[in-house]
Amino acid sequence: MFNLTGKSALVTGATGGIGGAVAKALHAQGAQVAISGTRREALEALATELGNRVHIVPANLSDRDSVEALIPAAEAALGQVDILVNNAGVTRDNLFMRMKDEEWETVLRVNLEAAFRLSRAVIKGMMKRRWGRIVSVTSVIGTTGNAGQANYAASKAGLIGMSKSLAQEVASRNITVNCIAPGFIATPMTDVLNEKQREGILTKVPMARLGTPEDIAAAAVYLASDEAAYLTGQTLHINGGMTMI
Amino acid sequence: MSDIADRVKKIVVEHLGVEPEKVIDSANFIDDLGADSLDTVELVMAFEEEFSVEIPDDAAETIRTVGDAVSFLEKKAA
Repeated sequence: MFNLTGKSALVTGATGGIGGAVAKALHAQGAQVAISGTRREALEALATELGNRVHIVPANLSDRDSVEALIPAAEAALGQVDILVNNAGVTRDNLFMRMKDEEWETVLRVNLEAAFRLSRAVIKGMMKRRWGRIVSVTSVIGTTGNAGQANYAASKAGLIGMSKSLAQEVASRNITVNCIAPGFIATPMTDVLNEKQREGILTKVPMARLGTPEDIAAAAVYLASDEAAYLTGQTLHINGGMTMI
Repeated sequence: MSDIADRVKKIVVEHLGVEPEKVIDSANFIDDLGADSLDTVELVMAFEEEFSVEIPDDAAETIRTVGDAVSFLEKKAA
Protein backbone atom coordinates (compact mmCIF):
# COMPACT_ATOMS: atom_id res chain seq x y z
CA MET A 1 0.00 0.00 0.00
CA PHE A 2 1.04 3.61 -0.69
CA ASN A 3 4.12 2.61 -2.64
CA LEU A 4 5.45 5.61 -4.59
CA THR A 5 8.40 3.89 -6.23
CA GLY A 6 8.93 5.27 -9.74
CA LYS A 7 6.95 8.44 -9.01
CA SER A 8 8.46 11.92 -9.02
CA ALA A 9 7.27 14.60 -6.62
CA LEU A 10 7.85 18.33 -6.25
CA VAL A 11 7.29 19.80 -2.80
CA THR A 12 7.26 23.59 -2.37
CA GLY A 13 8.11 25.13 0.98
CA ALA A 14 10.18 22.07 1.80
CA THR A 15 12.27 23.99 4.32
CA GLY A 16 9.25 24.49 6.55
CA GLY A 17 8.11 22.06 9.24
CA ILE A 18 5.25 20.56 7.25
CA GLY A 19 6.94 20.71 3.83
CA GLY A 20 10.04 18.96 5.14
CA ALA A 21 7.98 16.19 6.69
CA VAL A 22 5.98 15.76 3.48
CA ALA A 23 9.16 15.50 1.39
CA LYS A 24 10.62 12.92 3.78
CA ALA A 25 7.43 10.87 3.83
CA LEU A 26 7.05 10.79 0.03
CA HIS A 27 10.73 9.88 -0.23
CA ALA A 28 10.35 7.11 2.35
CA GLN A 29 7.59 5.57 0.19
CA GLY A 30 10.02 5.37 -2.71
CA ALA A 31 9.37 8.58 -4.62
CA GLN A 32 12.06 10.68 -6.18
CA VAL A 33 11.61 14.18 -4.77
CA ALA A 34 12.51 17.71 -5.79
CA ILE A 35 12.53 20.04 -2.81
CA SER A 36 11.92 23.75 -3.23
CA GLY A 37 12.21 26.71 -0.92
CA THR A 38 13.98 30.03 -0.56
CA ARG A 39 16.72 28.94 1.86
CA ARG A 40 19.37 26.98 0.01
CA GLU A 41 21.29 25.83 3.10
CA ALA A 42 18.15 24.37 4.64
CA LEU A 43 17.37 22.58 1.36
CA GLU A 44 20.88 21.21 1.24
CA ALA A 45 20.63 19.94 4.81
CA LEU A 46 17.39 18.16 3.97
CA ALA A 47 18.88 16.73 0.78
CA THR A 48 21.86 15.39 2.74
CA GLU A 49 19.49 13.77 5.22
CA LEU A 50 17.51 12.10 2.45
CA GLY A 51 20.56 10.90 0.55
CA ASN A 52 19.64 9.63 -2.90
CA ARG A 53 16.59 10.30 -5.12
CA VAL A 54 16.54 13.97 -4.10
CA HIS A 55 17.03 17.21 -6.06
CA ILE A 56 17.21 20.81 -4.91
CA VAL A 57 15.22 23.38 -6.90
CA PRO A 58 15.31 26.71 -5.05
CA ALA A 59 12.55 29.23 -5.81
CA ASN A 60 11.08 32.40 -4.43
CA LEU A 61 7.35 32.08 -4.98
CA SER A 62 6.70 35.77 -4.40
CA ASP A 63 8.59 36.38 -7.64
CA ARG A 64 6.69 35.52 -10.84
CA ASP A 65 9.77 34.74 -12.91
CA SER A 66 10.98 32.40 -10.21
CA VAL A 67 7.57 30.66 -10.18
CA GLU A 68 7.58 30.26 -13.97
CA ALA A 69 11.08 28.75 -13.84
CA LEU A 70 10.32 26.22 -11.12
CA ILE A 71 8.44 23.52 -13.05
CA PRO A 72 10.93 23.47 -15.95
CA ALA A 73 13.72 23.16 -13.36
CA ALA A 74 11.90 20.36 -11.53
CA GLU A 75 11.17 18.54 -14.79
CA ALA A 76 14.80 18.83 -15.81
CA ALA A 77 15.85 17.31 -12.47
CA LEU A 78 13.13 14.66 -12.14
CA GLY A 79 12.31 13.85 -15.75
CA GLN A 80 8.65 14.59 -15.04
CA VAL A 81 6.44 15.76 -12.18
CA ASP A 82 3.82 13.17 -11.22
CA ILE A 83 3.00 14.63 -7.82
CA LEU A 84 2.89 18.35 -7.03
CA VAL A 85 2.57 19.41 -3.41
CA ASN A 86 1.70 23.10 -3.13
CA ASN A 87 2.81 23.55 0.44
CA ALA A 88 4.61 26.90 0.49
CA GLY A 89 2.76 29.54 2.42
CA VAL A 90 3.37 32.80 4.22
CA THR A 91 1.48 34.91 6.74
CA ARG A 92 1.32 38.69 7.06
CA ASP A 93 -1.18 39.03 9.90
CA ASN A 94 -2.93 42.30 10.60
CA LEU A 95 -6.34 43.49 11.62
CA PHE A 96 -8.50 44.05 8.57
CA MET A 97 -8.82 47.79 9.05
CA ARG A 98 -5.07 48.16 9.20
CA MET A 99 -4.11 45.65 6.52
CA LYS A 100 -1.81 47.10 3.88
CA ASP A 101 -2.23 46.34 0.18
CA GLU A 102 1.21 44.82 0.24
CA GLU A 103 0.32 42.41 3.06
CA TRP A 104 -2.72 41.29 1.13
CA GLU A 105 -0.87 40.95 -2.17
CA THR A 106 2.13 39.07 -0.79
CA VAL A 107 0.01 36.41 0.88
CA LEU A 108 -2.27 35.95 -2.14
CA ARG A 109 0.68 35.82 -4.52
CA VAL A 110 2.63 33.16 -2.64
CA ASN A 111 -0.20 31.07 -1.25
CA LEU A 112 -2.69 31.15 -4.13
CA GLU A 113 -1.26 32.56 -7.34
CA ALA A 114 1.94 30.50 -7.22
CA ALA A 115 -0.14 27.36 -6.70
CA PHE A 116 -2.22 28.30 -9.76
CA ARG A 117 0.82 28.84 -11.94
CA LEU A 118 2.63 25.72 -10.77
CA SER A 119 -0.49 23.57 -11.18
CA ARG A 120 -1.07 24.96 -14.68
CA ALA A 121 2.51 24.16 -15.62
CA VAL A 122 2.41 20.52 -14.44
CA ILE A 123 -1.06 19.65 -15.69
CA LYS A 124 -0.11 19.30 -19.38
CA GLY A 125 2.36 16.51 -18.68
CA MET A 126 -0.06 14.81 -16.30
CA MET A 127 -2.81 14.90 -18.95
CA LYS A 128 -0.50 13.27 -21.47
CA ARG A 129 0.56 10.57 -19.06
CA ARG A 130 -2.99 10.05 -17.79
CA TRP A 131 -1.85 10.16 -14.19
CA GLY A 132 -1.21 12.94 -11.73
CA ARG A 133 -1.66 14.13 -8.17
CA ILE A 134 -1.91 17.71 -7.02
CA VAL A 135 -2.08 18.24 -3.27
CA SER A 136 -2.36 21.71 -1.80
CA VAL A 137 -1.81 22.43 1.85
CA THR A 138 -4.49 24.85 3.00
CA SER A 139 -5.57 25.51 6.56
CA VAL A 140 -8.50 25.17 8.92
CA ILE A 141 -8.49 28.98 8.74
CA GLY A 142 -9.58 28.77 5.09
CA THR A 143 -12.86 27.30 6.33
CA THR A 144 -13.39 29.02 9.66
CA GLY A 145 -11.68 32.39 9.11
CA ASN A 146 -9.55 33.95 11.82
CA ALA A 147 -9.35 37.46 13.22
CA GLY A 148 -6.21 39.13 11.93
CA GLN A 149 -5.80 36.73 9.01
CA ALA A 150 -8.20 37.93 6.30
CA ASN A 151 -5.46 37.66 3.67
CA TYR A 152 -4.34 34.21 4.77
CA ALA A 153 -7.93 32.92 5.08
CA ALA A 154 -8.78 34.27 1.61
CA SER A 155 -5.73 32.58 0.08
CA LYS A 156 -6.50 29.23 1.69
CA ALA A 157 -10.22 29.33 0.85
CA GLY A 158 -9.16 30.28 -2.67
CA LEU A 159 -6.95 27.22 -2.92
CA ILE A 160 -9.86 25.00 -1.94
CA GLY A 161 -12.15 26.51 -4.60
CA MET A 162 -9.44 26.36 -7.24
CA SER A 163 -8.73 22.72 -6.42
CA LYS A 164 -12.40 21.73 -6.69
CA SER A 165 -12.66 23.36 -10.12
CA LEU A 166 -9.48 21.84 -11.47
CA ALA A 167 -10.47 18.46 -10.00
CA GLN A 168 -13.63 18.51 -12.14
CA GLU A 169 -11.74 19.41 -15.30
CA VAL A 170 -9.12 16.68 -15.13
CA ALA A 171 -10.81 13.81 -13.27
CA SER A 172 -11.35 11.86 -16.49
CA ARG A 173 -7.58 11.77 -17.00
CA ASN A 174 -6.83 10.06 -13.68
CA ILE A 175 -5.53 13.26 -12.17
CA THR A 176 -6.73 14.02 -8.67
CA VAL A 177 -6.62 17.42 -7.02
CA ASN A 178 -7.09 17.62 -3.27
CA CYS A 179 -6.29 19.74 -0.24
CA ILE A 180 -5.04 19.05 3.24
CA ALA A 181 -6.21 21.52 5.87
CA PRO A 182 -4.03 21.35 8.97
CA GLY A 183 -5.16 22.72 12.30
CA PHE A 184 -2.54 23.78 14.83
CA ILE A 185 0.68 21.92 14.05
CA ALA A 186 3.90 22.10 16.07
CA THR A 187 6.27 23.91 13.67
CA PRO A 188 8.55 26.94 13.87
CA MET A 189 5.42 28.93 12.93
CA THR A 190 3.64 27.90 16.14
CA ASP A 191 6.77 27.84 18.35
CA VAL A 192 6.34 31.58 18.75
CA LEU A 193 3.16 31.06 20.77
CA ASN A 194 3.54 31.56 24.52
CA GLU A 195 2.34 29.01 27.08
CA LYS A 196 -0.93 30.83 27.68
CA GLN A 197 -1.75 31.06 23.95
CA ARG A 198 -0.89 27.41 23.56
CA GLU A 199 -3.20 26.40 26.43
CA GLY A 200 -5.93 28.56 24.94
CA ILE A 201 -5.67 26.72 21.65
CA LEU A 202 -5.57 23.31 23.26
CA THR A 203 -8.87 23.88 25.08
CA LYS A 204 -10.44 23.89 21.58
CA VAL A 205 -8.71 20.72 20.42
CA PRO A 206 -10.45 17.50 21.58
CA MET A 207 -7.19 15.63 20.98
CA ALA A 208 -5.58 17.99 23.54
CA ARG A 209 -2.28 18.28 21.70
CA LEU A 210 -0.82 20.16 18.77
CA GLY A 211 -0.54 18.14 15.59
CA THR A 212 2.83 17.04 14.24
CA PRO A 213 4.17 17.61 10.73
CA GLU A 214 4.08 13.82 10.37
CA ASP A 215 0.31 13.85 10.95
CA ILE A 216 0.06 15.99 7.82
CA ALA A 217 2.71 14.10 5.84
CA ALA A 218 0.77 10.84 6.24
CA ALA A 219 -2.20 12.41 4.48
CA ALA A 220 0.04 13.67 1.68
CA VAL A 221 1.36 10.15 1.14
CA TYR A 222 -2.17 8.80 0.93
CA LEU A 223 -3.40 11.50 -1.45
CA ALA A 224 -0.34 10.99 -3.67
CA SER A 225 -0.79 7.23 -3.86
CA ASP A 226 -2.56 5.00 -6.36
CA GLU A 227 -4.83 3.93 -3.52
CA ALA A 228 -6.41 7.41 -3.40
CA ALA A 229 -7.44 7.21 -7.07
CA TYR A 230 -11.16 7.74 -6.33
CA LEU A 231 -10.69 10.75 -4.04
CA THR A 232 -10.73 14.13 -5.74
CA GLY A 233 -11.84 17.69 -5.06
CA GLN A 234 -11.75 17.02 -1.33
CA THR A 235 -10.16 18.63 1.68
CA LEU A 236 -8.83 16.41 4.45
CA HIS A 237 -9.09 18.29 7.73
CA ILE A 238 -6.35 17.21 10.11
CA ASN A 239 -6.86 19.21 13.25
CA GLY A 240 -7.32 16.88 16.22
CA GLY A 241 -11.06 17.44 16.04
CA MET A 242 -10.78 21.21 16.53
CA THR A 243 -13.26 21.85 13.72
CA MET A 244 -15.47 19.08 12.37
CA ILE A 245 -16.67 19.82 8.86
CA MET B 1 -3.94 13.08 -49.31
CA SER B 2 -1.09 15.23 -48.06
CA ASP B 3 1.48 14.12 -45.57
CA ILE B 4 0.12 16.66 -43.09
CA ALA B 5 -3.39 15.26 -43.47
CA ASP B 6 -2.09 11.75 -42.83
CA ARG B 7 -0.34 12.79 -39.67
CA VAL B 8 -3.35 14.74 -38.41
CA LYS B 9 -5.61 11.79 -39.06
CA LYS B 10 -3.27 9.43 -37.24
CA ILE B 11 -3.21 11.68 -34.16
CA VAL B 12 -7.00 11.95 -34.13
CA VAL B 13 -7.48 8.20 -34.51
CA GLU B 14 -5.01 7.45 -31.73
CA HIS B 15 -6.20 10.10 -29.37
CA LEU B 16 -9.95 9.67 -29.70
CA GLY B 17 -9.90 5.95 -30.37
CA VAL B 18 -12.22 6.28 -33.40
CA GLU B 19 -12.43 4.32 -36.66
CA PRO B 20 -10.08 5.77 -39.30
CA GLU B 21 -13.01 5.82 -41.79
CA LYS B 22 -14.81 8.35 -39.60
CA VAL B 23 -11.90 10.77 -39.61
CA ILE B 24 -12.87 12.68 -42.76
CA ASP B 25 -12.25 16.37 -43.45
CA SER B 26 -15.78 17.40 -42.51
CA ALA B 27 -15.79 15.42 -39.23
CA ASN B 28 -16.36 17.73 -36.26
CA PHE B 29 -14.26 16.64 -33.28
CA ILE B 30 -17.05 17.13 -30.76
CA ASP B 31 -20.23 16.40 -32.73
CA ASP B 32 -18.99 13.60 -34.97
CA LEU B 33 -16.01 12.08 -33.18
CA GLY B 34 -17.22 12.21 -29.56
CA ALA B 35 -14.50 14.47 -28.21
CA ASP B 36 -15.07 16.50 -25.06
CA SER B 37 -13.63 19.97 -24.46
CA LEU B 38 -10.57 18.50 -22.75
CA ASP B 39 -9.95 16.23 -25.76
CA THR B 40 -9.92 19.22 -28.09
CA VAL B 41 -7.30 20.94 -25.92
CA GLU B 42 -5.24 17.76 -25.92
CA LEU B 43 -5.55 17.40 -29.70
CA VAL B 44 -4.26 20.93 -30.16
CA MET B 45 -1.36 20.11 -27.82
CA ALA B 46 -0.64 16.96 -29.83
CA PHE B 47 -0.68 18.92 -33.12
CA GLU B 48 1.68 21.49 -31.62
CA GLU B 49 4.08 18.76 -30.66
CA GLU B 50 3.88 16.77 -33.89
CA PHE B 51 4.34 19.79 -36.12
CA SER B 52 6.55 21.88 -33.79
CA VAL B 53 4.25 24.87 -34.07
CA GLU B 54 2.47 27.03 -31.59
CA ILE B 55 -1.30 27.28 -31.90
CA PRO B 56 -2.62 30.29 -29.99
CA ASP B 57 -5.95 30.05 -28.15
CA ASP B 58 -7.86 32.19 -30.66
CA ALA B 59 -6.65 30.00 -33.52
CA ALA B 60 -7.38 26.81 -31.57
CA GLU B 61 -11.00 27.92 -31.21
CA THR B 62 -11.41 27.94 -35.01
CA ILE B 63 -10.20 24.36 -35.35
CA ARG B 64 -13.44 22.42 -35.08
CA THR B 65 -13.10 19.78 -37.78
CA VAL B 66 -10.36 17.52 -39.09
CA GLY B 67 -10.24 19.69 -42.22
CA ASP B 68 -9.83 22.85 -40.12
CA ALA B 69 -6.79 21.30 -38.45
CA VAL B 70 -5.26 20.15 -41.73
CA SER B 71 -5.69 23.51 -43.48
CA PHE B 72 -4.40 25.42 -40.45
CA LEU B 73 -1.29 23.26 -40.25
CA GLU B 74 -0.75 23.33 -44.02
CA LYS B 75 -0.82 27.13 -43.91
CA LYS B 76 1.66 27.11 -41.04
CA ALA B 77 3.98 24.78 -42.93
CA ALA B 78 3.79 26.78 -46.15
